[in-house]
Amino acid sequence: MSEIIFEVKNLRKWFPVKRSLGQLLRGQRTWVRAVDDVSFQVKKGEVFGLIGESGCGKTTTGKLIMKLMEPTGGQMLFRGNEVTYLPTAALSEYKREVQMIFQDPYASMNPRFRIHEVLAEPLVIHRIGGSEQERMKLAAAALTKVKLTPPGDYLDRFAHMLSGGQRQRVATARTLILSPSLVVADEPVSMVDLSTRAELLQMMKDIQQELGLTYLYITHDLSTARYFSDRIAVMYLGRIVEMGSADEIIDHPLHPYTKALIAAVPEPVPGKVNVIKEIPIKGEIPSAAQIPPGCRFHPRCLYAVDDCRHLPEPELTPAKPRYLVACRRYKELQKDLG
Amino acid sequence: MEKLEIKNVKLHYYTSKGIIRALDGLSFDLRAGESLGVVGESGCGKTTLGTALLNMPTPPGRIVGGEILINGLDLLKLSENELRKQIRWEKMAMVFQGAMNCLTPVYTIQKQMMETILSHRKMSKEEAEARIRKYLNLVGLSADVLGRYPHELSGGMKQRIVIATALFLEPQVVICDEPTTALDVVVQAQIINLLKQLKQKLKLSFIFITHDLATEAEVADRIMVMYAGKAVEIGTNQQIYGPQGAAHPYTKLLMAATPRLHQKVDQLAFIPGTPPDLLTPPTGCRFHLRCPQVMPRCRQEEPSLIESEPAHTVACWRCYHE
Repeated sequence: MSEIIFEVKNLRKWFPVKRSLGQLLRGQRTWVRAVDDVSFQVKKGEVFGLIGESGCGKTTTGKLIMKLMEPTGGQMLFRGNEVTYLPTAALSEYKREVQMIFQDPYASMNPRFRIHEVLAEPLVIHRIGGSEQERMKLAAAALTKVKLTPPGDYLDRFAHMLSGGQRQRVATARTLILSPSLVVADEPVSMVDLSTRAELLQMMKDIQQELGLTYLYITHDLSTARYFSDRIAVMYLGRIVEMGSADEIIDHPLHPYTKALIAAVPEPVPGKVNVIKEIPIKGEIPSAAQIPPGCRFHPRCLYAVDDCRHLPEPELTPAKPRYLVACRRYKELQKDLG
Repeated sequence: MEKLEIKNVKLHYYTSKGIIRALDGLSFDLRAGESLGVVGESGCGKTTLGTALLNMPTPPGRIVGGEILINGLDLLKLSENELRKQIRWEKMAMVFQGAMNCLTPVYTIQKQMMETILSHRKMSKEEAEARIRKYLNLVGLSADVLGRYPHELSGGMKQRIVIATALFLEPQVVICDEPTTALDVVVQAQIINLLKQLKQKLKLSFIFITHDLATEAEVADRIMVMYAGKAVEIGTNQQIYGPQGAAHPYTKLLMAATPRLHQKVDQLAFIPGTPPDLLTPPTGCRFHLRCPQVMPRCRQEEPSLIESEPAHTVACWRCYHE
């Protein structure tokens, strides 16, 4: 269980910002620091949740892992082997092992392909399944795994003939057809109806247990993250601010940002209509091109002191067993706030 | 405003495949200062309801029956011109789904807001600007946003501007169609707080259309649950979310499928199947194909809304027996 399948060390992705002529002449450069020193380890067979608001770098991290873009710095290790920069030959093998489910099931499938073509495409690319019949068989098997049964009903349809939930099942089947070991799921359920969300997540969990898959679950939704993930990392402005088991993060968060996120989630209980909710955070998320000095959360933090503004950024440090937090005041805050 | 009454409204879409009965005889009322939440899965007619209330159905849709009475005045009998002059944004305003995309990218905020106000009111530019500033202040924005373009603002700021624009002609009813769905959770909570404050300060009536029962719990005094173009349950916040719980099997299932952050569950509930195709709605109760408590009667006869307790109406044969 504790075998580490994927590891990211000080991963960085900085996008250059277009410079004005003046900046060009003065040799100034500015960067959008989308992912800024992110490190984590994903264990085999677990669901690792990466959560945060839009613009926090969670999707960029997913894309870096998928090797859809090159990192600016840092290291990625897959099963202990360096995969940060790969020659083309090795890349293909890596991409078979690491697959992705995209957010938008309407945009991630070619509308002119029938479902069996959608499913056969990765097989053709990776030269698996010699004949068309063979590939058809594999496609049918993959559909059965995602519980689109009988598969014969779906193989000849086009994507537009399916509901959002069914499309997301096909997208899952397409990743499974190559028998990957790591699946990066970027907001797989955010575009499907609430009533089918749970069904999809359940299916993904069942498949995980059946095939021993590992998921990297990228989402902004804390409620499903808690339900679906074993461990969670909370990202803010390109950095992980807190990381630990899903239950600990949600029930006993230490970082002020995580606390604010959790306080903001609405719950279906009565008697809140005329109550103005306290959300312990101020201001708006700054641009990733102008990351505040010191702790990057300090302009929005209600508990920031001078040290938070001037001293170097706090690193992730162990606060409890298997629990890391990047806040220099978490101990005091724990005492003050009970 | 005294009251908004919706009586047996029918809105049908005339498509090449046939008639889609998106709203099929919907009735409810909204009292002054009250907020009504409308929930249901996608395709149940929530957004269609929003367009029907302003009598602006999206083609090929047409309102084919019913009455929408605001202080006794039937909106469906007014001409386009009268609607524009007397009703839309004057008495009833709407905050659209993905409202942030409603702003024109090529105009400054000032110009867009000014346009709305000057097309409705005869006032000088100075007066109009004073009013715009007042409402910006009310939604918690500073006046420097006026000179900016939409792309220079965050999602939350744009949403606040759209809300301010909906409010500054002083309507009595504001219809919000998924006002927070595209926003991050912290911003979402801030916008919900803002809407609550505005409701108290301005004595507004709200209609909140959303698919999320958890958000609805925060904002709605009463909840109407829709399924396949009809209301299946209407109850107060306490009746729907309280310990006694909702009465209709559909509401119960929706509630069970809503994830709760502070409750560790091993398995989330879900509703098997999909909502029916409204081209050929099923006979009997429209929910019977997915209902776990279906009885033979449900397949043949359609239940109408009956009062199961004061202020709580349900359309389910099971409730008729009690």
